[in-house]
Amino acid sequence: MKRTDLSPELQAAWDEIDGYAKGFGLDYFPIIYKVLDYKTLYEIAALGGFPIRYPHWRFGMEYDQLSKGYTYGLSVIYEMVINTDPSYAYLLEGNEMVTQKMVMAHVTAHVDFFKHNMWFAYTNRKMLDEMANHATRIQRLINRYGYEMIEDFIDVCLSLDNLIDYHAPYIKRPEARTEVPLSSPLTEERAVEGLKVDRDYMRHYINPPEYLAQQRQKQIEEKQKARNFPENPQKDILLFLLNYAPLEPWQHTILEIIRDEAYYYAPQGMTKIMNEGWASYWHSRIMTEKALNDSEVISFADHHAGVVATSPGRLNPYKLGLELLRDIEDRWNKGKFGKEYEECEDIQAKRNWNKNLGLGQEKLFEVRKLYNDVTFIDEFLTPEFAADQKLFSFDYNDRNDLYEIASREFKMIKEKLLFQLTNFGQPYICVENGNYGNRAELYLKHRYEGVDLKYDYVRDTMRNLHTIWTRPVHLETIIDDAPYILSYDGNELTKQKL
Amino acid sequence: MQRIQQDLNRFRRIVRGQIKKNLRKYMSQGEMIGRQGKRAVSIPLPQIDLPRFRYGPKQSGGVGQGDGEVGDAIGKGDPQEGSGEAGKDPGQHIIEVDITLEELAEILGEELELPNIEPKGQKNIVAEKAKYSGIRRVGPDSLRHFKRTYKEALRRQVSSGLYDPKNPVIIPIRDDIRYRSWTETPLPQSNAIIIYMMDVSGSMGNEQKELVRHTAFWIETWLRSQYKQIEICYIVHDAAAKEVDKETFYHLREGGGTRISSAYNLCNKIIEERYPPAEWNIYPFHFSDGDNWGNGDTQICTKLLANEIIPKSNLFCYGQVRSLYGSGNFFHDLKNNFENEDGLAMYEITKRDEILDAIKEFLGRGR
Repeated sequence: MKRTDLSPELQAAWDEIDGYAKGFGLDYFPIIYKVLDYKTLYEIAALGGFPIRYPHWRFGMEYDQLSKGYTYGLSVIYEMVINTDPSYAYLLEGNEMVTQKMVMAHVTAHVDFFKHNMWFAYTNRKMLDEMANHATRIQRLINRYGYEMIEDFIDVCLSLDNLIDYHAPYIKRPEARTEVPLSSPLTEERAVEGLKVDRDYMRHYINPPEYLAQQRQKQIEEKQKARNFPENPQKDILLFLLNYAPLEPWQHTILEIIRDEAYYYAPQGMTKIMNEGWASYWHSRIMTEKALNDSEVISFADHHAGVVATSPGRLNPYKLGLELLRDIEDRWNKGKFGKEYEECEDIQAKRNWNKNLGLGQEKLFEVRKLYNDVTFIDEFLTPEFAADQKLFSFDYNDRNDLYEIASREFKMIKEKLLFQLTNFGQPYICVENGNYGNRAELYLKHRYEGVDLKYDYVRDTMRNLHTIWTRPVHLETIIDDAPYILSYDGNELTKQKL
Repeated sequence: MQRIQQDLNRFRRIVRGQIKKNLRKYMSQGEMIGRQGKRAVSIPLPQIDLPRFRYGPKQSGGVGQGDGEVGDAIGKGDPQEGSGEAGKDPGQHIIEVDITLEELAEILGEELELPNIEPKGQKNIVAEKAKYSGIRRVGPDSLRHFKRTYKEALRRQVSSGLYDPKNPVIIPIRDDIRYRSWTETPLPQSNAIIIYMMDVSGSMGNEQKELVRHTAFWIETWLRSQYKQIEICYIVHDAAAKEVDKETFYHLREGGGTRISSAYNLCNKIIEERYPPAEWNIYPFHFSDGDNWGNGDTQICTKLLANEIIPKSNLFCYGQVRSLYGSGNFFHDLKNNFENEDGLAMYEITKRDEILDAIKEFLGRGR
């Protein structure tokens, strides 16, 4: 077995970085570094950061793509860190010392973010064990039922793994079915009597006929609701399927595992810009203010420039996050916030605004605790920032098959950006009815937000849903501005105008 | 073995399955040809993606960063999304998979049930193959033969009385050291020559040439898997024939009439001069729209084929592509003359979908 722990030089570098990071007030789980050769590093990257996962071809595909990128020199993974306690971080063997130092500084901020950002509060910090357990359980199923069968079902589950409720851990949502005792008032026919009346002559006054009628109506509605299933639309479709789909025990196990893992990774998707911005902010500060030797400056500048490089068609989360955090720091240092600042009409005065408040650092730590990408952009993206950073929105032009710059207007940019980030950039789909047409058919509704679903994917995904639900599956959505119900009955997808 | 190897193998098997399933499509669209490297082709495989409910790409657009005026183009349609960050999200892009030409040939062979080719004779070109079979006194250290060296030392020590059985220490000196040496054994190797002939007269348009190009790609892929080495000649003809390079072959366009015999004559001459049939497996392929200049020339052609070219070749293939002006008679003329000739395969390709069938006809004989 090759040694994977830090060499004495790296250990010395880490002690140094660790000291600086703590000095800046970063607070993180213990970090265990592993120094890996590129093959192992890319293997672990393909496995989503975890050395032990269940067998699946998509990990092989990831590995194929990643290692190809490395071989052709297109992309390099410098660092990888996983959200566990203690945290594991991987370094690429043979990188120069300055790179390793930069990576270590970067990692401290990531782990600080994992520990303190509220969206990570409910993630399983023993995920390393959990993933290994998942692997064992699935391996056992494979031994019992055969590889193909299990793999096919994993494929089905994975194709649905974005149908979860990204905010589920934080919000109490209405249940799919409220518990109703067998002999509850709801199940019995019950005359509406209105409020209790002691004196008969008061009856008409206390329970006027309108009121009684209203009460009767309400009762009917409640009964109606009780017959609806689920009583309220369910966003966590995977949970709904786990609870109500006719799954074999082994299928239940697999679906549950896929859902667990999807929830584990969800906060990382929700905070990509912030997390990378935060890490870049700190590696930049730790390196330039403390850790950099004279001889390392050029190398560091080169790497850093690579990390925050931009290209027109793609927003670099490292760059955007870093710049926005710096902007926040600057604004709170100078007091560029609040009613007075917002309402100031004089551009010159606004630009030179400085109340010397020095609140920047404090604000940054608060932001890293309380925000996710959506709220972060929503609250802190300013027109000045968008103009400074040359942000623009782009659209597809089908006349020449090109993406073109559509606007540099702040409102447009912000809208587009938020749209991309909301619900993880995934369509918002709920279970409306699990007993549609009283035939145990599944009825989903897509909350339309201006963009159609990718049609060929819809068909294949509905086929997978049908595999699990086993009864016909319907999806209400909008295609080319007209509402449709798409139905898959096990043989073909039909499209019906609403 | 790495943990990931298992997943990687599984992934490769799935890719193979996908290619097999869509072989006809790939063959007709020629998607692979443009992506051909020296040893591998890269194939776009959308089918392998895991489907999810997700937004269609075109309406959504996005936000970018950098210079430019409103209306400036920043990228092309589809591949734009998610390019860059490799493999971050499997649902983000069509996957390009590399597959080696050998593997592709194998898939082709399996799908079309192509028999392996039995090369002609044994008197083919001979290549030297090194084999470590001997011992010598000089050589590089990496080839030092440990056992023989000590044997030599022992022999020397025994004969010079330096060996003491009670203290059996053997110390080799410079002269004792022996090295492995190699001898070169001649190994017969089968080589092949493909001679492409194409009609470039006015009636052959771009579409026809594309058909020829795709067909040729698959022919080469298969024959390469069957022979150690392949050489390719290109002949174009209208009323006269000449030998050209590959680039010219696919792009040249001449006017004028068609005299197929000119090409067959040149082909025969090339075989005579450069590729003695005793040493080479010869594959002439001729593509045309079937219009020939009069009956007289066709007769010369059949005579040339029957007496010269077919006896010298493993297989002569004639592919007739339908042009704007329809198909000519040459196909039927050949068919009438060579009804039961094993050494001649022909196919009339009317549309791209049929490339697969043409290949099967050409290469399905195992010759």
